[in-house]
Amino acid sequence: MIAVETFPSIDQASSALTGDAIYLGGGTLVMRALNYGEQNFTRIVRSTDPTLKQIAASGDRITIGAGVTMAEVMASPELSFLAPVARNVGGPAVRNMASVGGNLFAEHPYGDFTVALLALKGSVTLNGGGEQEMESFLSSRSGFTEVVTSVSLVRPSERDFFWKKVSRVKPKGISVMSIAAWLPQSGGRISGARISFGAMGATPLRAKSAEAALEGQGLDQSSVAAACAAVRGDFQPPDDALASGWYRSEVAPVHLRRMLLGEGGR
Amino acid sequence: MSSIEFRKELFADERDDDLNEVGKPTQRQDILGHVTGRSPFFDDHLFDGLLHLKCVRSSHHHANITSINTSAAETMPGVVRIIKPEDVPVNLNTMLSIIGFGKDDEALLQGRKVAYKGETIVAVVAETELQARNAVKAVQVEYEVLPHVLDVEEALKPEAPVVNATYPNNTFDYHDQYDHQKLRFGDTQKALAGADHIVEGEYQMSPIEQAPTETCGAIAAPETNDRYVCYTSTQALFFSLGISAKLLDTPSGRLHFIGGTVGGGFGGKVDSLHEPLALLGCMLTGKPVKYNFDRAEEMQVGAPRGAERWRIRDGVMNDGRIVAREFTGFFDSGAYTRLSSYAIVKGTGHLPGPYTIPNVSSNVYCVYTNRTPATAMRGFGITGVDFAIETHMDKVAEKVGMNPIELRILNAYRDGDMKAHRRLAKNCALIESCQVAAQKADWAIRPEFAAMSSLRDGGGPRAEIPQTIIDTEGRIGDRKRGAASDTAPSKNGTLSTKAASTIAPVSASQAMGQDVKNIAGKPNLMPGVMPDAPQPSPLPAVQPVAPPAPQSAPPHVPPPAPGPAPAIATPASAPSLYQPLPQSSPPPAPPADSATPPTPEAPTPISPGASPSAATPATEPYRPSEPFSRGTRRPGASPFVSGTRRR
Amino acid sequence: MAKTPVQFTLNGTHRAHFVDGGANLLDVLRREVGDLSPKYGCGQGTCGTCTVLINGEPHLSCLTLAESVEGKSLETTSGMANGPDLHPLQRIFMESFAAQCGYCTPGMLMAAKALLAGNPNPTREEVIEGISGNICRCTGYEPIIDAILQAAVELRSGRVA
Repeated sequence: MIAVETFPSIDQASSALTGDAIYLGGGTLVMRALNYGEQNFTRIVRSTDPTLKQIAASGDRITIGAGVTMAEVMASPELSFLAPVARNVGGPAVRNMASVGGNLFAEHPYGDFTVALLALKGSVTLNGGGEQEMESFLSSRSGFTEVVTSVSLVRPSERDFFWKKVSRVKPKGISVMSIAAWLPQSGGRISGARISFGAMGATPLRAKSAEAALEGQGLDQSSVAAACAAVRGDFQPPDDALASGWYRSEVAPVHLRRMLLGEGGR
Repeated sequence: MSSIEFRKELFADERDDDLNEVGKPTQRQDILGHVTGRSPFFDDHLFDGLLHLKCVRSSHHHANITSINTSAAETMPGVVRIIKPEDVPVNLNTMLSIIGFGKDDEALLQGRKVAYKGETIVAVVAETELQARNAVKAVQVEYEVLPHVLDVEEALKPEAPVVNATYPNNTFDYHDQYDHQKLRFGDTQKALAGADHIVEGEYQMSPIEQAPTETCGAIAAPETNDRYVCYTSTQALFFSLGISAKLLDTPSGRLHFIGGTVGGGFGGKVDSLHEPLALLGCMLTGKPVKYNFDRAEEMQVGAPRGAERWRIRDGVMNDGRIVAREFTGFFDSGAYTRLSSYAIVKGTGHLPGPYTIPNVSSNVYCVYTNRTPATAMRGFGITGVDFAIETHMDKVAEKVGMNPIELRILNAYRDGDMKAHRRLAKNCALIESCQVAAQKADWAIRPEFAAMSSLRDGGGPRAEIPQTIIDTEGRIGDRKRGAASDTAPSKNGTLSTKAASTIAPVSASQAMGQDVKNIAGKPNLMPGVMPDAPQPSPLPAVQPVAPPAPQSAPPHVPPPAPGPAPAIATPASAPSLYQPLPQSSPPPAPPADSATPPTPEAPTPISPGASPSAATPATEPYRPSEPFSRGTRRPGASPFVSGTRRR
Repeated sequence: MAKTPVQFTLNGTHRAHFVDGGANLLDVLRREVGDLSPKYGCGQGTCGTCTVLINGEPHLSCLTLAESVEGKSLETTSGMANGPDLHPLQRIFMESFAAQCGYCTPGMLMAAKALLAGNPNPTREEVIEGISGNICRCTGYEPIIDAILQAAVELRSGRVA
């Protein structure tokens, strides 16, 4: 049977996270697994540590506690640029539960919030202070055994950050794909372009060819056209009940163009 | 709120406008319970010591089960009972056996060969749902994986794997004779040959899950007096009761079913999968047992609206009149029959849509594939083919360069027309519906079309039943033997099969009078041994290949047959034309005729054993002074029965 | 099997129960407390029929660890009416044909109540957003949206008893 262990500090919880234990954040993943008998754990470890709820800005980066919910992201003035992203996660009830930390572990086609973190040069902070860059974290998350205490990301200027979620059902639907881009400009040229896609692979992934096509260019019709042409080669998207991989490949350039030049995103 | 608009000026003289309820909002009688959260759905009944039942399901589309090992699961915490296929008293059923239609083809728990992914193999009863789920994971099933088929036309090929051993041809057997349901009216091949245009189209629908917010389920508990109570989400309480009694081999009087509060059904809660298993769990443990689908099971295992594939081939004249329409249809029944066989009977009775077309033929197949069995869903049997028909109408309009609304008005049923299943059209309103829709959508139609009426210019030559060419192609087993080359009616010339010598025009009275039981009772009267007797032909040997145009049709349409044609054929020449259905006693069926397929709407095939006394004696055919009537005005008719409607 | 005590208030009444390890709030409310108004629809956070309010905010009770509501204030549809007087949302749902089979209704009412508490004058789009986590398979949503908008008008005008 399942045992639940609740700790006031994240350190204690982290120490308890051994063997067949799982860490419970907002519950939307762990409780779902339990409801479906798909649990591979017998112990649930959770923590009421208030630091998990902190949002702190420092320099050009901002840190969000792993226990911050999507609703709390939307309510935070400092995270206004992420409000459209958080609003695209689930419905109101899910957003009151789903946490930033849990979203890091959501499997395809979920985990839209993490797509934005990936574009915004995100990193995860582990209990004990270790830090892992988002891309390497995502590539190894399946066997992850440590507690993520917070995520850190750049604070973009409003005009440099783009976001679009494509779903068949609106306003709440599962992603056919989600797209985030951080395109900082200096002197009218894009420098350090980062574009990420969700639901185009097993984890959120960067569109490196599309990034390269924009690098050093102004954001205009021709550079976006080049990025859209390049993005087809960036992914081998999966088939699922929402869309075929072929369809995803075909429409990815369309949605990238719309996000960068037209409707939505800013 | 969306508002309902009544167009009471239409057919105003045909009804008394004294309705008290129609057109006025009326609250549901259970609405107070709904908004206070007190409506008693099946799961809203609490039992102390309730046990939970979960199922081991096939992980393959098609496989022989070589072994089932439950020993590890039996000793797991909380496990009370494991139910295996051999524990089910009567482990074979088909839903419509309750009304005597079809052969038993589906096990409650499948122990030999699974035919779709998710098929139920073993049930585990445990103290908590999680314990039941954990034990389900510990049951070991060994499979010998078989080739599977997921496409309806692939399944018809001779080399296709046999999905359902009860129906080894992968098709439901209609009337113990045919691998498809036939409709033959007039001579489509001849009419297609004489048409100005042939318009073909293929239409494919996907399976659709009803997805009720309440998943299917039931709770069974011991009651006093050796009875069991069953709270269920079923939409078909007495179906579920009868099926449970049959599978459990117990008098239905021992089963006390309580339902009626259904958290959305839409057809998906008819199949009675949960009640028998919950009851069996309860009988075997003596404790209350709950069995319900989780959402993943509801989507994967819960029976959807079946996929359909339709091919339509129309013969169309330059002026837009459709003179022939041929259908080839495939219903994907999934691995078992459930209700698809019935859906096809219903669908065939709906052809060719609400249009007067003098030559119609259809072959519709109920095909078994290794997919989740299909079942009812809102208008099933009709919805899919209506989508195909109406899409095709637009295609026809485009082909002949005609306004699609005008095309529909031109071809629409009018009162008094003969429909393909040999009934007179009555209470027609498609023309008026098209006119109102065009007006609402600001879609211009020409004045002559705006002036047409369902009440005028129908009947006459349009009320005649054409001479019908009937074939015997597609006998059960032909396809597996490679003896049937194609599925479409017109691709199989009636002269191309061995049955050619028996092909003869069959009168409408014979076609109408054919009885399922009659055919099924003489299976050995095969065409090859039947004499080529001259066929009685009470109808004039005139075969209308094109429908007479309505009289108010636009000028470029050829005028109708001259003279005021009688609204109906005289009783002397066709006495049985207006007999009410179902037929009471089988009409004389000469041997040469006994191979004739029944028309779909002739005796309701799902109740072949209908009591003769329930029908009007055939010796007293109903001969109305008018060929049809509307509303409640027919003298002597019940005010609750419309016109000449079947009673 | 070890049970864990949990205390909370439900519709204003103090409750204390022992729950199984890992039990979700929906099962505890239904089986232990006996409040049958929240319903099971999916167990995975997609349908919203189990929506309850925790400290005034909508949550999915099927995904809420029961013992995590220790000390919190819970509301369900069972507690909406004041004696025989229905909450305006309930009454207007009745009058507006906003329920057919009734299965999604308790969750829908909870989502609507939370929406109007935080936003007494929502636009139609905000109502749609507010109930976007709740699936209704019968009505097509339009009567529900209309009912919530109308209830907002009544609640603002103080017609509430």
